[in-house]
Amino acid sequence: MSNKEKEPMFSAKNMKLLSNPLNSDNPVIVQILGICSALAVTAKLKPAFVMALSVIAVCSFANLIMSSLRKTVPPRIRIIVQLVVIAFLVILVDQVLKAFVYDVSKQLSVFVGLIITNCIIMGRVEAFGLGNRPWPAFLDGIGNGVGYGVILVVVGFFRELLGAGTVWGYQVVPDSFYEAGYSNNGLMLLPPMALIIVGLIIWIHRSWNRDLIEK
Amino acid sequence: MNKNSNTYIILYATVMVVLVALVLSLAAINLQPLQTANQENEMKGAILLSIGQGGEMTSVKDKTAYINEQYDRYIVDTYAVRPDGEKVDGADAFALLANLKKELDKPAGERLLPVFVSRSDEGTERYVLPLYGAGLWGPIWGYLALEDDWTTVYGAVFDHKSETPGLGAEIATPPFQNMFKGKSIFDGDRLVGITVLKGAGASASNPNAVDAISGGTITSRGVENMIKDNLSDYAEYIVRQATGHDARPGETDLETEEGAIHLTGESTPDIVGEDEPLTIDQDEQ
Repeated sequence: MSNKEKEPMFSAKNMKLLSNPLNSDNPVIVQILGICSALAVTAKLKPAFVMALSVIAVCSFANLIMSSLRKTVPPRIRIIVQLVVIAFLVILVDQVLKAFVYDVSKQLSVFVGLIITNCIIMGRVEAFGLGNRPWPAFLDGIGNGVGYGVILVVVGFFRELLGAGTVWGYQVVPDSFYEAGYSNNGLMLLPPMALIIVGLIIWIHRSWNRDLIEK
Repeated sequence: MNKNSNTYIILYATVMVVLVALVLSLAAINLQPLQTANQENEMKGAILLSIGQGGEMTSVKDKTAYINEQYDRYIVDTYAVRPDGEKVDGADAFALLANLKKELDKPAGERLLPVFVSRSDEGTERYVLPLYGAGLWGPIWGYLALEDDWTTVYGAVFDHKSETPGLGAEIATPPFQNMFKGKSIFDGDRLVGITVLKGAGASASNPNAVDAISGGTITSRGVENMIKDNLSDYAEYIVRQATGHDARPGETDLETEEGAIHLTGESTPDIVGEDEPLTIDQDEQ
């Protein structure tokens, strides 16, 4: 290790680990991972936001822990070790949510537990955490968590706005609209509409980032 | 040491699992009081809502303190009743409520069912009965507040674990819950509970019924069954309180029906209009 030059903590390479998952390497709209939970928790903005925070926490710390352990993990049981670490973090997050933001943990219900099976986290640990040093792995985890969370929040915003006329629980569509015949689109609250919104986001993203369009 | 040797793998796995278990149990033990307090607080809040109190709980700064203060002010007594109609003094009603599901899993004769007595600022007593049942995707629960005649519904609150947002989950919203106000759980001398009828306005003239949620048929049916099932445990006690004598055969009619929701308030299918399809739409996803 000593022959290697010490890299600054926020070198250009490390910053790319944070920014790439937001755009050209986004886990949801480019790699199409973690779709199931993106459909399930985005009917309202607030649970989507808390879910995003939970995934960021789990993803970054799973990467950090696995990267720190990478030289000791027996290769033959590495997937099991990953699962134990991820499950450990998820249970911890679940307990903390239940203790401090009980209302939100009720809304998220089973989906916090399902972070364990979120393909983004396993994918990052296996593809990045096990092969890199802890600090870059931690950044990569945050980057991917945020990349996932941004999509969740955008989808949650539109679904809540168009489906319930509210944002973060506050009514934003004025009563006069309803009196004039406007009504909320109940379909927005159902999972299929989340899939359509994710599809629209992918469309907009690719028309703007043309490199991603498959030949 | 060889990372692929069996000894290393077994040692590694053992140490890791023990460490993880240790940290998790520590976290669970330390967070337990907060979590229990949250759950109790939620139950107290729901009881308050069913008697029309605690309206500021979403806007006050310290929700916990507010709920506890309001609860101590309005809930003046708690006791438990047995399905044979006997009142059991000294039972910890709140502990029974916290373990309501366990209590309902017992054979009918051994259950102890909590009753919460509230006294309003004007001195009127009302009785809150907890409910627990099944919705479409998971458990639903609620509280039914009865006037001191043990007949008229003063208020009702429902909540659910995982009903469909916008459809079944509407049982947890005021428009649905407000329909229960002023309804009666007695039809003449018979204890019948509250029935859920399909079609907006179908229940307007029926004192024993409310409207179902369109699109939330199965959850609405779950609410009806939950009320009837839970009331059947209280039936003896309620009939004694309401009429002053023991329940006679035929005085309780809390049979629940599986499947379809009632099409209209009338029992004759001829009444069903052309715009009311006879097929039952199970339109929850």
